[in-house]
Amino acid sequence: MREGAVNRYTLKNAGLFQPNFGAKKWTNPSTTIIAVTFDGGVVLGSDSRVSAGESVVNRVMNKLSPLHDQIYCALSGSAADAQTIAEIVNYQLDVHSIEVEDDPLVCSAATLVKNISYKYKEELSAHLIVAGWDRKKGGQVYATLNGLLSRQPFAIGGSGSFYINGFVDAEYRKNMTRRESQEFVVNALTLAMGRDDSSGGVAYVVTIDKDGAEEKCVLGNELPTFFDE
Amino acid sequence: MDSHHSYSQVKGVSTGTTILAVKFNGGVIIGSDSRASMGESYVSSKTINKLIQVHDRIFCCIAGSLADAQAVTKMAKFQLSFHSIQMESPPLVKAAASIMRELCYNNKEELQAGFITAGWDRKKGPQIYVVSLGGMLLSQPYTIGGSGSTYIYGYVDAKFKPDMSLEEATQFSTNALALAMGRDNVSGGVVHLVVITEAEVKHVVVPGNKLPKFHDE
Repeated sequence: MREGAVNRYTLKNAGLFQPNFGAKKWTNPSTTIIAVTFDGGVVLGSDSRVSAGESVVNRVMNKLSPLHDQIYCALSGSAADAQTIAEIVNYQLDVHSIEVEDDPLVCSAATLVKNISYKYKEELSAHLIVAGWDRKKGGQVYATLNGLLSRQPFAIGGSGSFYINGFVDAEYRKNMTRRESQEFVVNALTLAMGRDDSSGGVAYVVTIDKDGAEEKCVLGNELPTFFDE
Repeated sequence: MDSHHSYSQVKGVSTGTTILAVKFNGGVIIGSDSRASMGESYVSSKTINKLIQVHDRIFCCIAGSLADAQAVTKMAKFQLSFHSIQMESPPLVKAAASIMRELCYNNKEELQAGFITAGWDRKKGPQIYVVSLGGMLLSQPYTIGGSGSTYIYGYVDAKFKPDMSLEEATQFSTNALALAMGRDNVSGGVVHLVVITEAEVKHVVVPGNKLPKFHDE
């Protein structure tokens, strides 16, 4: 399975490039999310648009949700489903970390998300990317589409991610610096928001390393511009 | 090009495909993959050429139903040669694109094919025109189409620069097509490129083993 390609497989079964085509599951896949490992941590990014049909119901929603101090998840798919999964896992992770008397591993957080996604895969339609830093393995990114658990150097998801598959394939390099990965994430989000009508607004970026998590919001006029803008 | 059209509705042989055209300093490059598929799981040809010459310096590439595309381009070729005899000069690229547009628009109920027309003429130099499924005609400095094009929108938006040199434009096209072929299962095979300038028309084929490789390969 090619890295970063997780989201394609299920959407292909639901009717190629029209997520609304037929299957009830993908009724509002309105987003672009991305997570990337760098040398020493991870960077997560998302857009901020929530749409219901053709209208935008929230243009500044932060889709990067903390599961623990140094573990975040990026939400895509149905907003309600994704938020609920994130809340449940947040609670389960708290309990787990008290029991083991230590900070939880990113792998544990991802497994908890995967368990819920897999058990309720018929009812839910949300894809969460889990990323964070722990002492054991450093920065890690896990994709949990529909109950699969896959550790990858980077992952993209949401309806906008189709348009940037080529870009991230071409531009990703192993062991980028913190700054380069942040630029990579912001560039990828901007390109996706420029082509996908259900992604837009501002870009939220969270950088997690051994010192903690740093949240940043890149406003519309601060986003990079490309040839035709 | 309207890449949200559901290609799974196309009956018979379709060119689930990736096509592109890009203007550079002195000419245009038009390129495509070489796979033709029937449904989603059968590759009916690995080496089809989707770049059709409609006049000396004007080429067309097709996406959608192969049958429709071949019928339209044959008609367009005939009308174009007739037109150029009447005008006693080589046809304009816009004329070729207009002919395709008329055919697509007037038969929009039956046809399921979109075209990119690119070429060189004496009046405006290198040009690229897109005729989409319903018959819209647009001129653009670069354009991509076909099912594989969704995956490379981000890449071409980021990497295109106006007035590139021939080498840069060739690299840009080959990379874009290779990336799309790597993600789209109905695009693949070899990369066909045609470079059109005032002086000549050159057909370049990049076989599978010479395609650029990316980080995970």
